[in-house]
Amino acid sequence: MEIPENVKKRLSLPFEENFYAGHTACQGCGAALGLRYVLKAYGKKAIFTIPACCSTIIAGPWPYSAFNAPLFHTAFETTGAVISGIEAALKAKGYKVKGEDGIMVIGWAGDGGTADIGLQALSGFLERGHDGLYIMYDNEAYMNTGIQRSSSTPYGAWTTNTPGGKKHFLERRHKKKVIDIVIAHKIPYAATASVAFPEDFMKKLKKAQKIPGPSFIQLFAPCPTGWRSPTDKSIEIARLAVQTAYFPLFEYENGKYKINMPSTKKEPKPIEEFLKLQGRFKYMSKDDIEVLQKWVLHEWEELKKKAEVFG
Amino acid sequence: MPIKKVMKANEAAAWAAKLAKPKVIAAFPITPSTLVPEKISEFIADGELDAEFIKVESEHSAISACVGASAAGVRTFTATASQGLALMHEILFIAAGMRLPIVIAVGNRSLSAPINIWNDWQDSISERDTGWIQFYAENNQEALDLIIAAYKAAEDERVLLPAMVGFDAFILTHTVEPVEIPDQEVVDEFLGEYVPKHAYVDPKRPITQGSLGFPAHYMETRYKVWEAMENAREVIKEVFDKFEKTFGRRYHIIEEYKTDDAEIVLVTMGSLAGTVKEFVDKKREEGVKIGAAKITVYRPFPIEEIRALAKKTKVLALLEKDISFSVGGAVFADTSRALINEKEKPIILDFILGLGGRDVTFQNLEEVVDIAKKALEEGVKEEVYWIGLRKEIL
Amino acid sequence: MAESPFKADIERVEKEYSEKMTPGAIVYLPGSSVINKTGSWRVFMPEFHKDKCVRCYLCYVYCPEPAIYLDEENYPVFDYDYCKGCGVCANECPTKAIVMVREKK
Repeated sequence: MEIPENVKKRLSLPFEENFYAGHTACQGCGAALGLRYVLKAYGKKAIFTIPACCSTIIAGPWPYSAFNAPLFHTAFETTGAVISGIEAALKAKGYKVKGEDGIMVIGWAGDGGTADIGLQALSGFLERGHDGLYIMYDNEAYMNTGIQRSSSTPYGAWTTNTPGGKKHFLERRHKKKVIDIVIAHKIPYAATASVAFPEDFMKKLKKAQKIPGPSFIQLFAPCPTGWRSPTDKSIEIARLAVQTAYFPLFEYENGKYKINMPSTKKEPKPIEEFLKLQGRFKYMSKDDIEVLQKWVLHEWEELKKKAEVFG
Repeated sequence: MPIKKVMKANEAAAWAAKLAKPKVIAAFPITPSTLVPEKISEFIADGELDAEFIKVESEHSAISACVGASAAGVRTFTATASQGLALMHEILFIAAGMRLPIVIAVGNRSLSAPINIWNDWQDSISERDTGWIQFYAENNQEALDLIIAAYKAAEDERVLLPAMVGFDAFILTHTVEPVEIPDQEVVDEFLGEYVPKHAYVDPKRPITQGSLGFPAHYMETRYKVWEAMENAREVIKEVFDKFEKTFGRRYHIIEEYKTDDAEIVLVTMGSLAGTVKEFVDKKREEGVKIGAAKITVYRPFPIEEIRALAKKTKVLALLEKDISFSVGGAVFADTSRALINEKEKPIILDFILGLGGRDVTFQNLEEVVDIAKKALEEGVKEEVYWIGLRKEIL
Repeated sequence: MAESPFKADIERVEKEYSEKMTPGAIVYLPGSSVINKTGSWRVFMPEFHKDKCVRCYLCYVYCPEPAIYLDEENYPVFDYDYCKGCGVCANECPTKAIVMVREKK
């Protein structure tokens, strides 16, 4: 398809599709959209490793594949280790890994496969300094197994194992800040991103390619099935997550924090705006919402301080 | 010219790896195998081996990194034992299912609890259903040779399965013996470069590996592994023939010793075979018709070879350093499978011994022979015996 | 009308598709998902009103399938072979040029 110049100018996304239609993601899936962006960003220069997760299903069962890029499926907790092995092998074979026209070795895992069961392998990958990119698509629960809470599930959320009953009620722990754990490894580049802000995400993907060493991106990826949200609201919810400072967009680059647009634009909207579109939060009491609101603003202040002091 | 050096089996394994020239090694320390990656680190540090060594944070990641690297199309190596191998368990299936010819050196050690760092075969025996080829070495020379042979068999297009080579903890891993180190050029010629046709992650050829297999397809993938393991029988024989021609040392799937007229054959694996052969010599001097057999290739299980052996003798006494609770040893179950439908078969007795580093003495073997003789004369009363058990503390 | 970006791929996959089991169950056919017509999942379908479209491409950008491409005049084309009817395009459309309607089958 010939792309007119005026269209190219108005749209900073590459037109080439390497994530193919016919994939089996649910309607309105944020993870599928995220994959489409990543495959657009790197074209055929990417090698993917995916643990057992929703994306295993999305990519398709044998003999289907929605990927026009090499794709390696692995066990749940091994993403960090497998991409370390692939990177080492490619280097041994003489390939250029990372850098301007280098190959991107990408781990693509969910929040459970990253922040929980995959944390050890992730830490190894980060600490050893491999030239790779680890993307955690954050849909805030174990969605593939049927919506069980992960350490990335937020306070007040309904999941199938935080159902709420007469005695115990919903998720009582705040979302684990896995990116802080990542940053504690003092890697050169870590960032948050959202499927609602593809141009920002693209920029970050390009940066991750340029900067040698391990990179990490935490991508906010709504899951209508697990969040009990209308399928058409996925982008709106992801946008509100940023606008309420529930999921601010920022970068950590060589020791410096930078908050990105639109997180810098205005004061955060009230958290209710983010919550009300999702069925998973509908059981929260006023007090619950207040607890979450306080936490969100506290975390937001902390981030702003970091950007101020280490900007 | 090949040189001889005095070394531990761990060093012999490291030498074998060096000679095989893996491009990626990923390993994690564990007693008694730690010396293998240590020695490899020295080779790399001295520029004698050009490989990427990933110092992973667990055995699980060691094998996972090997899987990634092997899938990317290079020769890989790792070493482990015991809990480390057990931790690798789920990924062992993945390596076999994806048909990645990774080689592991296993310093055969018991499994917890209680924690025990000494020798038995429970670690690798417990992985017998993962789809890996398994070799067991009797001495340090065999440890080196079988690792090289393992690569040759594993990478064969008809096989494409991973392989592990076991050698007994401390008895071999930490004991020095003279070992002949073959010339690099000869090994290069023997092994050739690993150029996979089926699986390599490469941006120029966007393939998908390891995808979800629905019930409509999964069983065929398992059958393919079965078929490959069946093919491995013939391939390993070819490899051993070529090995003899190249290096002058002969290996057998099962090595028989004084079995031709033997009424009792003691069947075992690993370093215990050395003790058993010496014991057979002693008993022969006493006029007892006894022989020994050493299983060098445990997976694929040598069914035909066991049948041939069974035809020669009246009692097969299996000496095993492993246990499948409520059944007996694994080799006992496998041997029974080999002979179950044979018209005439010997008595099969299973002896569990040497667990967790317990010495196996001539006195233990005398006891085995007595039980075997009694079974021959009076019929089988029991099938599984624990030998060398300290009954006084039970 | 512009062609689907997957047209050539559909032809390629239809020609080369095989269930013959490969060693390690490797998929040698990239993008083979294109013969899986996920449009059959749809309950609501996007109805496009060209007169309201300002060609901002947000629908194209946010389609998770992707089931939207652009025609010669840069208007969006909805690929009903793959569109699952999630409605993200309609929700994000700033001019309400896309409306979700219950599909009559």
